[in-house]
Amino acid sequence: MTTAAMEPLFEGADWSFTTLQRIHDACQEIALSELGLDVYPNQIEVITAEQMLDAYSSTGMPLFYKHWSFGKHFAHHEAFYRKGLRDLAYEIVINSSPCVSYLMEENTATMQTLVIAHAAFGHNHFFKNNYLFKTWTDAEGILDYLDFAKGYIARCEERHGQAAVERTLDAAHALMSHGVHRYPGKSKLDLRQEERRERDRRAHEEQIFNDLWRTVPAGPSKSALDLGAERRRTVLGLPQDNLLYFLEKSAPRLKAWQREILRIVRHVAQYFHPQRQTKVMNEGTATYVHYRIMTRLHEKQAISDGNFLEFLTSHSNVVFQPAFDHPRFPGFNPYALGFAMMQDLERIVTAPEAEDREWFPDIAGSGDAMAVLRDIWANYRDESFISQFLSPRLMRQMRMFHICDDPARSEGVTVEAIHDEAGYRRIRRQLAREYDISWTDPNIEVVDVDLAGDRRLLLRHTVVNGCLLQDTAATHVLQHIADLWSYDVRLQEVDPAGTVLKEHLASPRAMTRAA
Amino acid sequence: MNIVDRRLNPRGKALENRQRFLRRAKGVVQQAVKQSLQSRNIRDVLEGGEVSIPMDGMEEPSLRRGSGGTHDHVLPGNKTFIEGDVLPRSGGSGGGKPDKAGEGAGEDAFRFVLTREEFLNVFLDDLELPDLAKRRLTETEHESPVRAGYSVSGSPANIAVNRTTRLAMMRRMALRRPNSETIARLQAEIAACEEDGLRLVLEDKVKALEAKVRRIPYIDPVDVRYRRYENEPKPVAQAVMFCLMDVSSSMTEHMKDLAKRFYMLLYIFLAQRYRHVELVFIRHTDRAEEVDEDTFFHSPATGGTLVSSALEAMRSVIAKRYSPEDWNIYAAQASDGDNSYSDEATTERLLKDAILPASQYFAYLEVGESDRESMSHSALWRLYERLRSEGAPLSIRKVSHRSEIFPVFRELFQRRQGHEKAPS
Repeated sequence: MTTAAMEPLFEGADWSFTTLQRIHDACQEIALSELGLDVYPNQIEVITAEQMLDAYSSTGMPLFYKHWSFGKHFAHHEAFYRKGLRDLAYEIVINSSPCVSYLMEENTATMQTLVIAHAAFGHNHFFKNNYLFKTWTDAEGILDYLDFAKGYIARCEERHGQAAVERTLDAAHALMSHGVHRYPGKSKLDLRQEERRERDRRAHEEQIFNDLWRTVPAGPSKSALDLGAERRRTVLGLPQDNLLYFLEKSAPRLKAWQREILRIVRHVAQYFHPQRQTKVMNEGTATYVHYRIMTRLHEKQAISDGNFLEFLTSHSNVVFQPAFDHPRFPGFNPYALGFAMMQDLERIVTAPEAEDREWFPDIAGSGDAMAVLRDIWANYRDESFISQFLSPRLMRQMRMFHICDDPARSEGVTVEAIHDEAGYRRIRRQLAREYDISWTDPNIEVVDVDLAGDRRLLLRHTVVNGCLLQDTAATHVLQHIADLWSYDVRLQEVDPAGTVLKEHLASPRAMTRAA
Repeated sequence: MNIVDRRLNPRGKALENRQRFLRRAKGVVQQAVKQSLQSRNIRDVLEGGEVSIPMDGMEEPSLRRGSGGTHDHVLPGNKTFIEGDVLPRSGGSGGGKPDKAGEGAGEDAFRFVLTREEFLNVFLDDLELPDLAKRRLTETEHESPVRAGYSVSGSPANIAVNRTTRLAMMRRMALRRPNSETIARLQAEIAACEEDGLRLVLEDKVKALEAKVRRIPYIDPVDVRYRRYENEPKPVAQAVMFCLMDVSSSMTEHMKDLAKRFYMLLYIFLAQRYRHVELVFIRHTDRAEEVDEDTFFHSPATGGTLVSSALEAMRSVIAKRYSPEDWNIYAAQASDGDNSYSDEATTERLLKDAILPASQYFAYLEVGESDRESMSHSALWRLYERLRSEGAPLSIRKVSHRSEIFPVFRELFQRRQGHEKAPS
C-alpha cells in the first residue's frame, strides 16, 4: 500500500466541527476503500457528560419511555462518576439507520478520532452486516418505534394512572430476559409496521364496539369444553419459552393497553437480544477497525506521533486483560478477547504456521485478511465464533485454563484442562459455551395451564448442572407473573431426570387484580 | 455524514425518571424507618448518628441462576497449574473461584443514609399535637428576618462591607490594578532621574499605569454585595406539655423504663415539631413535686401513690404560670394504674373541674409488666374510661412491652380528623 503523506488532521488536543468532519472523511476513506467496510450513513452527535449519563441510564437509547428504574440507574452512574470511581464511556453508538454515535465534548481530538473509527465504522459495519442483527433488528424503524412507545406509554399514564402503568412495566421488565424469540422462523421484525398494526387494532376495536353487546344474556359458559391436555397445550402454543409473548397473548384478564405495553417491552428486548449474543465479536470488530484505521492515519502522517501515543495509551487500557488472580479480575474483557482473536485471525490468514494450517485449513494462508474477517463478522455470533476460531496459539498466549467447581467433590476446584495439546479443544468448547445465551440463561418454559379449571399456570425450569434459580429474585419475578396472569402460578425446578428439585408458588396481589 | 451539536438540547432529560425513582424510594425509606424503630433504642435516636437503609424493594428482579450446582469457568493467566490440580475453594492463594463477573456488584452499596434530622422527619411524618393553636393564638403569627446569604441588590444599610471589599480585592488582583506604591515609586524615580530619554519612558509608564488605575476602579458596582434577609414566619403558638409520672414503689424498673421511653419519644417529637413548647415535669409518689428534666428522667425516688397530688401540682403550676387563656395545655401521664382507694374521688374532681377544662388533650399511658398477659383494669383506668365516655378530651392506652411504645405513641398523636376533638 502506498503511504502518501497527508496534511495533519489536527494539532494538539482541540477539535472543532470542521475537524470532526475532516476526521470522519479521513476515516471513511480508509474504512471503505482499504478495509472494504459497508456501513449505514453516519450521524455524529456531540453531547455533554450529563447527557452521556442520561443516555447511559436509558439503555443508551436517545428516546425512551419514562420509568423509575432509569432514574435509579442514573443516580447510580452519577454517584460513581461524581466520586471519580468510574469514567464515562467515550462513546455510545446506536444500531439505527442512520447510525448515531455520541461523542463527548470533553474528549480530545485524538479520542474523537478513535471514537469515530471505533463506533461510526467498526460498530456500524457490524450492525449492518451481522446476520443476527439482520434477522432480528430493524435499524430503519427503531427510532420511530421508540418514539411511538414513549408516546403510547405516556398516553396510558394519562388514561389509566401512573401507578397502574408502572406496575405493568415493572412486571414486564422483570421478564425482559425471557421475552425474546430465540429461534428464527418468525418473520423479520418490522417496527414501523408494528406501530401501524397497533393503530389498526385500536381502530378496529373502536369500530366494532357496540355497547349493546354488554346486555346480551350470556349462555352457558363455553369454556367448559373439555379439551384433552395435549390438545389444550397445542392451542396455547405450549411449551413456550417466551414468557412475555405468552402472557401478552394468553393472560386472560389483561387490558388491551397492558398487552400493548408487554409487546413494547418485548420488542425492545428483542432489539437488544443480538447485542447480548455478540459482545465479544462486536467490541472485537470495533476495536480491530479502530486499530487499523488509527495505524493507517499515523502511517499517512495524518495524526502526529504524540497523538498516536495518546491513542495507544487508551487503546491498551481498553484491551487490558488482567489475569484471574488479579485483585480486580472482572472475567474476560470482551474488548481484549475480541481484539486478540481478530488480530490472531489476521496472522493466520497472512502468516500461518504449521499448527494454524492444521487447525484452520480453510483460511490459513489465504492472504486476504479483510475478506476473511468480513465474512466472519457477518456470519457468526460469540458462541460459534469462539468455538471455531479460538486458536491454540491464542490460548497459550492468554494462558487459559478450565476449572470446574463441583460441590459433590469435596476437595476443591479441579483444573480440568490447561493450554496444552490435550486441553485446547476442551477449553475452546467450554469458553464458547460461556458465551452461549441459551446455555447461561436459565431455561424456563410455560408448560401447562388449565384454562377451563383453576387456571393455574405451570412453569418449568430445566435445571442444568444442579444450578437452581436465585431464590428471592425468582419469588419476586413469579409474583409479577402472577399479577399479570391474575391467577396462581407455580414454578417447578426440574432436573433432566424429571425430579422436581424445588417449587415456587405465587398468587396474584389483589391490588393489581382490581386495576 | 451528519454532525449534530446536541449540547444545547434541554438538560435534565432524566429528571422525570429521577423524580419517579425518588418518589418510589421515599415509600421504601418510610417503611424501613418504621420497622427499624421497633427494634431500636430510643436513646440511639436521641444521640443522633446515621441510619442506613439498604435498597430493599428497589431492586429489579430477573430470573437468574443462583449459586450452587456445578460451575465451569475458563480463566486467563495460568502460571503453574496442570491438568488435574485441585485448588482450595475460596480464599487461598489466588486459586479460588472468582465470582461471576460483575453480577449485581455495587447494588448493595446503593443505600440511603439518613441524618438524624431526616430520620426524625420521616419518623414523625404524620404526627402532631392535637388541636395545637386552636385557642385565640392562631392570629398572632409574626415574621422575623433571617440571614440568607448575599445578594447583588439591596438597601445601602445592608451593604456587606467585608464581602464587598474581598470581591473588589479579588477583582483588582485579577485585573492587575497597579497599586499606589508602584506609582509613587516611579514618580520618585522620575524626580531623581537626570536623563531625558529615560524620564520620558518612565513618564509614559506612569501615564499608562494611571490610565489603568482609572479604568479599573477601586470598588466597582459589580463588587458590591448586600446582606440578604428572608422573612421567616414564626408561629407563636404557645403550648405547655405536662409530663406526669408515677415513681411510687409499685412502679418496677421495667415500668419506669417504659414510661421514660414514652416521654423520651415525646420529647424528641416536641423538640422536632414546635419551637415554642414548654415542658413541665412532675413526678409524684404520695406527694408530687415539679422537677427538672434530668431529675425527672434519671433520679431515683420512691414512696406511696396519690395520683391527685400530681394533678394538684399541675393545677397550681397552671394557675401560677400558664393561664389557659394564653396557653395550650397538654398533659401526658404515665402510671401503673395504682392509686389509693380514698384518692379516687379527689382525682375525679380535680380532673373534671380543673385539669380537663383547661387542657387541650390529656394522654394517659398505663404501663404494665411484660410477662403479664392481660392487665385487669385498674381503678385509674376505669376512672379515665368513664370520663372519656362522657366526652372528655383524653386518650388512654396500655403498654407492657418496649416494642409497643412507638405504635402507641403514634396512635396517641396521630393527625386527627374531626373526631376526638376537644370541646372548645
